[in-house]
Amino acid sequence: MAERLLEVDGLQVSFLTEDGIVKAVDGVSFTLDRGEVLAIVGESGSGKSVTVMTLMGLTRSPNARISGSAKLGGRELVNAPERELERVRGAEIAIAFQDPISSLSPVRRVGDQIVEQIRAHEKVPKQQALDRAVELMERVGIPNARQRAQAFPHEFSGGMRQRAMIAMALSLSPSVLIADEPTTALDVTIQAQILREVKQLSEKSESGVIFVTHDLGVVADIADRVLVMYGGRVVESGTLDEIFYDPQHPYTWGLLGSVARMDRDRPRRLPAIPGLPPSLVNPPQGCHFRPRCPHAFDKCVEVPPLEARVAEAPAHLDRCWLEVSEKRELRSVGGHIGLFDRTVAA
Amino acid sequence: MTFGGKAEARLHEAERSLTGADQPLVEAEHLQLYFPVKQGTLVDRTVGQVHAVDDVCFALREGETLGVVGESGCGKSTLARCVVRLLEPTAGKLRYRGRDITHLGRRALQPFRREAQLVFQDPVASLNPRKRVGQIVGTPMRLHGLPNVERNVQELLKRVGLNPEHVNRFPHEFSGGQRQRIGVARALAVNPRLIVLDEPVAALDVSIQAQVVNLLDDLQDDFRLSYIFIAHDLAVVRHVSDRIAVMYLGKLMEVSPAEELYEKPIHPYTQALLAAIPIPDPNENRARERVVIPGEPPNPIEPPPGCRFHTRCPRATEVCSTVEPPLAEYPGGHLAACHHPLNVDAGEIARATRSPLSPLSAGRLLPSGEEAPTEPGEAEQAESPPSHGIGRWLRRAS
Repeated sequence: MAERLLEVDGLQVSFLTEDGIVKAVDGVSFTLDRGEVLAIVGESGSGKSVTVMTLMGLTRSPNARISGSAKLGGRELVNAPERELERVRGAEIAIAFQDPISSLSPVRRVGDQIVEQIRAHEKVPKQQALDRAVELMERVGIPNARQRAQAFPHEFSGGMRQRAMIAMALSLSPSVLIADEPTTALDVTIQAQILREVKQLSEKSESGVIFVTHDLGVVADIADRVLVMYGGRVVESGTLDEIFYDPQHPYTWGLLGSVARMDRDRPRRLPAIPGLPPSLVNPPQGCHFRPRCPHAFDKCVEVPPLEARVAEAPAHLDRCWLEVSEKRELRSVGGHIGLFDRTVAA
Repeated sequence: MTFGGKAEARLHEAERSLTGADQPLVEAEHLQLYFPVKQGTLVDRTVGQVHAVDDVCFALREGETLGVVGESGCGKSTLARCVVRLLEPTAGKLRYRGRDITHLGRRALQPFRREAQLVFQDPVASLNPRKRVGQIVGTPMRLHGLPNVERNVQELLKRVGLNPEHVNRFPHEFSGGQRQRIGVARALAVNPRLIVLDEPVAALDVSIQAQVVNLLDDLQDDFRLSYIFIAHDLAVVRHVSDRIAVMYLGKLMEVSPAEELYEKPIHPYTQALLAAIPIPDPNENRARERVVIPGEPPNPIEPPPGCRFHTRCPRATEVCSTVEPPLAEYPGGHLAACHHPLNVDAGEIARATRSPLSPLSAGRLLPSGEEAPTEPGEAEQAESPPSHGIGRWLRRAS
């Protein structure tokens, strides 16, 4: 059994806004082991970014209400004092943000920004820290790292900036690396390079990686386990194969079905998910996906618990009232998984 | 830029045979757009040029969707803006229904503006936050003096899947997908024939992407629209396009019927792009051999000589760095500009002809059969020295 790095239990984050209370994260629980890549998938507004930002202690603010527990190697992060969090942040749990141009300081050299992070945690001479920064930049595939360390972020291309972000996140060998949509803004060829590097890093450094994304292709490429979020809740979680080949929640079917795929014959129409993601100020009663789900029935006004429903897979959890056998029948038409409206399909 | 009458006639003929229509809706002939790079404190002097679109030829027939794909910086958006004449080409010719519109002025373009519309990538930035939806969609109608603006706006909103009662709302009151629908409604307002879609779904969530793609599909049928669909997502492009053009650093690398591009990409760059896309299926992903091409696209101010892709190409040989490959035409109207084509057999190579759509700067040399791989997809480093024939050609070219 692999070492447990992170244990999140019943995490809740809400923000008081002018429009009311926004329940951004509503009881999220998951674990992360050493050497594992966990993907968190969901659309914008599903709470995936708020979840990981909360782990980093970055959502704390006077209007935020955070409860639940997130333990990193036995240490509680949710209510840890800021001083303690500062020691952990960057050193044991680190994050590479989605948008490197707004996350890196535009007025400081890239190398210096990595040095700053190293020296904030360890007492090492500047030159030594710089050597380490250069070495890290080489490791993530930045050519001419010695010279590039002297450059400013605007002199980097998008892919290189993202590499620099990852180098910075790795600078103190954290046990948990969070990558928040690190490849969303990149071209596919560059994305492939970065994914390959993140994968190698997770294998080599034996850390755990939380990979936040909305791209199921990326998930299939990199993840060991998957957490599907919708409207602030986890609606399904399981291993990569369980989620892709035996998905239990209709939202997951919709996600899988609406991706245009190159490896299949093209359907005349993409099976889209009708409607819009729910408002988190005034979420629908019961299952959040109910208003968009063609298979919803009267029981769906109650929130289904997140529990194992597939007999042969005790770690495969989902939040849907439908029977497993029923679901297996409903989700596919012609061998394709998707969110199909029976009345239309028939 | 002028063409000899004969060459021009040949080009037209080729386009006719390629598109199967007598007169294409849009024709681009050796279209070129360079942006000057300026420097200097008091006096600006031009120190270089960004070769954004460099000698691109294509034709779009009515009712067709041409997909344009490529990485950021390959010039696909600039091409889009050229086609609807938001930008004036530096050289080349642009024809709409046979009429030269390359250098027309503002007023002369007015009728064209009614026919060709653009939908932008970013639905937040492309809608005026201080205008109501009714005004946003109605303004093009008023500008072109169309009647019954109010009624038509409501009908359009309904047609793109928005609630017509929301005409008095502001853009910020809508979600991303709905805003993109507003952008589509605005483009449709003047009843155009051609819509250039510049990454219309890139900023949207997958489930919403599918909704918008389906909507665009329906509208095309209903209004008999022609689309130029610009995107970096090859999977989405495949879904909507009839033909697909692959661009790299301002040049066309490959033009192919949509399905064929995915079944047998001829250009190594296309293959690299396809290989880089993760497939949302774990088993297929594991089974697939992923060729990750190294590096990044070079600087478009000083593009590499010869084939623009040779600096990153696994199959590049000496000839690739000196001679720019012409667009060779393979069976089925599949064009590719490569000295070492993939997925074509010796016979097809032997029968390949130099397409008149080739850039003017391209060489005469067509791929020779010897260098073709025997197995499709075989990606060994081709190491053939320039053959006798190439040497002879080189002398002739210089």
